Amino acid sequence: MNKQKEKNNHFNLIFPGLVVLGYLGLFFVNPSKTGKALLLSGRMFLTLIPVFIVVILFMGGLNYFLNPQKVKKLFGKESGAKGWFFAVLLGIISHGSIYAWYPLLKDLQAQGMKNGLIAAFLYNRAIKIPHLPVMIYYFGIQFVVLLFIYMVIASIIEGLVIDLMQ
Amino acid sequence: MQQQTKNKISFSTAFSKALKGFATAVPIIIGVILLFGLFRVFVPQSWIRSVFTGNLLRDTLYGSLIGSISAGNPVNSYIIGGELLHDSVSLYAVTAFIVAWVTVGLIQLPAEASLLGKRFALTRNIISFVLAFFVAIATVMTMSLL
Repeated sequence: MNKQKEKNNHFNLIFPGLVVLGYLGLFFVNPSKTGKALLLSGRMFLTLIPVFIVVILFMGGLNYFLNPQKVKKLFGKESGAKGWFFAVLLGIISHGSIYAWYPLLKDLQAQGMKNGLIAAFLYNRAIKIPHLPVMIYYFGIQFVVLLFIYMVIASIIEGLVIDLMQ
Repeated sequence: MQQQTKNKISFSTAFSKALKGFATAVPIIIGVILLFGLFRVFVPQSWIRSVFTGNLLRDTLYGSLIGSISAGNPVNSYIIGGELLHDSVSLYAVTAFIVAWVTVGLIQLPAEASLLGKRFALTRNIISFVLAFFVAIATVMTMSLL
């Protein structure tokens, strides 16, 4: 367990290190585009800060109100249809970048949340209610309704397959 | 009752635990954001338009593939998909592209693997890729039947 943790810690530093090296290399090839990419990333990070704060608050709240027993009941092996319902619902109503949600999912996973439910949650993040008007504008309401029905079904199939493979 | 009290943690402990948990993810998050910046600037949208040719299965597969290597806010995929549709790219390809955009995340894969486990991240992304293909075909075919 500690060995795995150590390995993950190394990866946590190697990955961003490699990206920074990539930037350095690309800076010599195309400084203006690399600068633009850096600026874009900076802006992206700034816009994500409020989301990160909400996620930390959400994580803190979950830590306070949920204990492993409650999580196991809601999302664990005996959660049944209710677990799937909440995973799908949480996936749809969750906001912001997925990177901000990984630590929370890691916490829930450690507390007993089934991997299938995590997969269902991640899949349903594609359904974003505030963005629906854009989708309806481009594709029409019939397409949007059908797509979302099939995506919810697909998310549950994916979750079940992942649980079967455990 | 005793068990309940034992399980309850203080407010400050709950939030410091949350902060610590989040802090471990910060280097990866920064790496991914930097990588996405490079991707947005160095991969032109015109390249996406040159790939789709009209073959149902191939276009749907390409839609899933391109959606898989793309990342970002889902609303961007709706706009790009909508514009591609105006450029006569098939609805199968565009649907697969939109579905794979969020459900498959090659760019996010390192972060997902590091935090949720390599096996889980790989399996989830492979299944999502296959499902993007079938969700696209099912959605467009059902539409044509209605």
